[in-house]
Amino acid sequence: MGLQALFFYLFAFIAVASAFMVISSRNPVHSVLFLIVVFFNAAGLFLLTGAEFLAMILLVVYIGAVAVLFLFVVMMLDIDFAELKSGVLQYAPIGMLVGLVVAAELILVIGSSVLSPEAASSITMPIPNPAERTNTAALGDVLYTHYVYFFQIAGMVLLVAMIGAIVLTLRHRQNIKRQDVSRQVARTPETAVEVIKVKPGQGL
Amino acid sequence: MDVFFWTYVWPALIMLGQSLLLLVCLLVFIAYILLADRKIWAAVQLRRGPNIVGPFGLFQSFADLLKFVFKEPIIPAGANKAVFLLAPLVSVTLALATWAVIPLNEGWAIADINVGILYIFAISSLEVYGIIMAGWASNSKYPFLGALRSAAQMVSYEVSIGFVIVAVLLCVGSLNLTDIVMSQQDGLGTKLGLPNSFLDWHWLSLFPMFVIFFISGLAETNRPPFDLPEAESELVAGYMVEYGSAPYMMLMLSEYAAILMVCSLTTILFLGGWLPPVDIAILNWVPGVIWFVLKGTMVFFMIAMVKAFVPRYRYDQLMRLGWKVFLPLSLIMLIIVAFVLKLTGWA
Repeated sequence: MGLQALFFYLFAFIAVASAFMVISSRNPVHSVLFLIVVFFNAAGLFLLTGAEFLAMILLVVYIGAVAVLFLFVVMMLDIDFAELKSGVLQYAPIGMLVGLVVAAELILVIGSSVLSPEAASSITMPIPNPAERTNTAALGDVLYTHYVYFFQIAGMVLLVAMIGAIVLTLRHRQNIKRQDVSRQVARTPETAVEVIKVKPGQGL
Repeated sequence: MDVFFWTYVWPALIMLGQSLLLLVCLLVFIAYILLADRKIWAAVQLRRGPNIVGPFGLFQSFADLLKFVFKEPIIPAGANKAVFLLAPLVSVTLALATWAVIPLNEGWAIADINVGILYIFAISSLEVYGIIMAGWASNSKYPFLGALRSAAQMVSYEVSIGFVIVAVLLCVGSLNLTDIVMSQQDGLGTKLGLPNSFLDWHWLSLFPMFVIFFISGLAETNRPPFDLPEAESELVAGYMVEYGSAPYMMLMLSEYAAILMVCSLTTILFLGGWLPPVDIAILNWVPGVIWFVLKGTMVFFMIAMVKAFVPRYRYDQLMRLGWKVFLPLSLIMLIIVAFVLKLTGWA
């Protein structure tokens, strides 16, 4: 137990410290790099609670894909920091409000499980014993067996959103050279080469 | 105090010893894989390759190591110093960290975790950071272009690699690497009434996936013909341009560690890991780790031959292959595999 507590405080401390650095560092690329450290430590915290699948998915999705795109955008854009930083105090009350709401919700959720521990067993899909069912399989039960239709609908919504984004941003530009592989492969000597008999002294 | 020692310190010491042993073996193996890469490349081009240091040039990689270590590391004036030095460290740490879960033989993994394949997938999706950080911190246009290319490339091919892995997992029903290997003891070959042999491994039953995985693995590790992040004819050396001496060596080391990782992942997913090719007594006496290394080396030989044979892709061709060919193909194959498993009840 002592070792687990030690690792918890290690991950938690690094996560909070780097979360602070995300908003306070001057360089946006450094901010994103610190954000990655936060994600990484959050994955560590998930591992400590035994949620190994969630930890790995956090690494794959958030660090492997989302943060890469963040980094991509931040590196490509030439952001003016003086301008960005100037509005910090102006937006501080809204930030505080959002922070307070999230904190209150967290306290309610965690408080309920402390006040009435039996509530956890009355939920519709109780958490199975980790020794019998790995949490990958348990999540699979919930997502793909019990709530498969809801899951499919969620996937459809995302698909529609993706198609919408593509439709809005795709432009077909004329007059640019494009490689069409199937057309290249379909070419035959008959269509590609024209043999002309040129008479001497006349040219074409 | 005694209890504390036996419950915490002793297991930690054992794990440290195992890690060190694996690390040393891996680094020596990488040194010779690097030499083999150059020798194979040379042989295809009718050259001799490195042949001066030691017999047949066998100590070439160690000579290179000494040279890199004793050179002066140069940090460009405009570089972001901290990130510039952090990038090679990040790459090499991540590339070596994946090896913690690889089972070289039954029970020979340092950490035989439940979600082993996901762990490898997660850590290797982080390897792109070493490259992006290196390219950005160099504060120079060629490294930056190389970094952008590699970020797009690695993210694209990870998608199809993910689908291939999912197809294998459907056949296995577990994310544990040891289970993946053990499930290949019987498969297509035994279904046809043959004894346990190499025909049972996933490479035959999932052959299109095997091909997609191999090619995507080349793209994921920036190997030729997909080595666009370091295409020397257009980007000098891509994200490595500004690096020299030990940091350069670390980037190179992480690249080869990642290549070996792809080799061993191919071995585990498709070539039956440590299982002998035919289930007869003589072959069963050979330790599994030898089969594992043999298979991994064979995959590496194929990768090295591809480097020697195939000309480099153009960037838009690479993206087309990833998104328009491999992604639909692997998705359709995944659906077919799922349907076959469901309808026949083999899963």
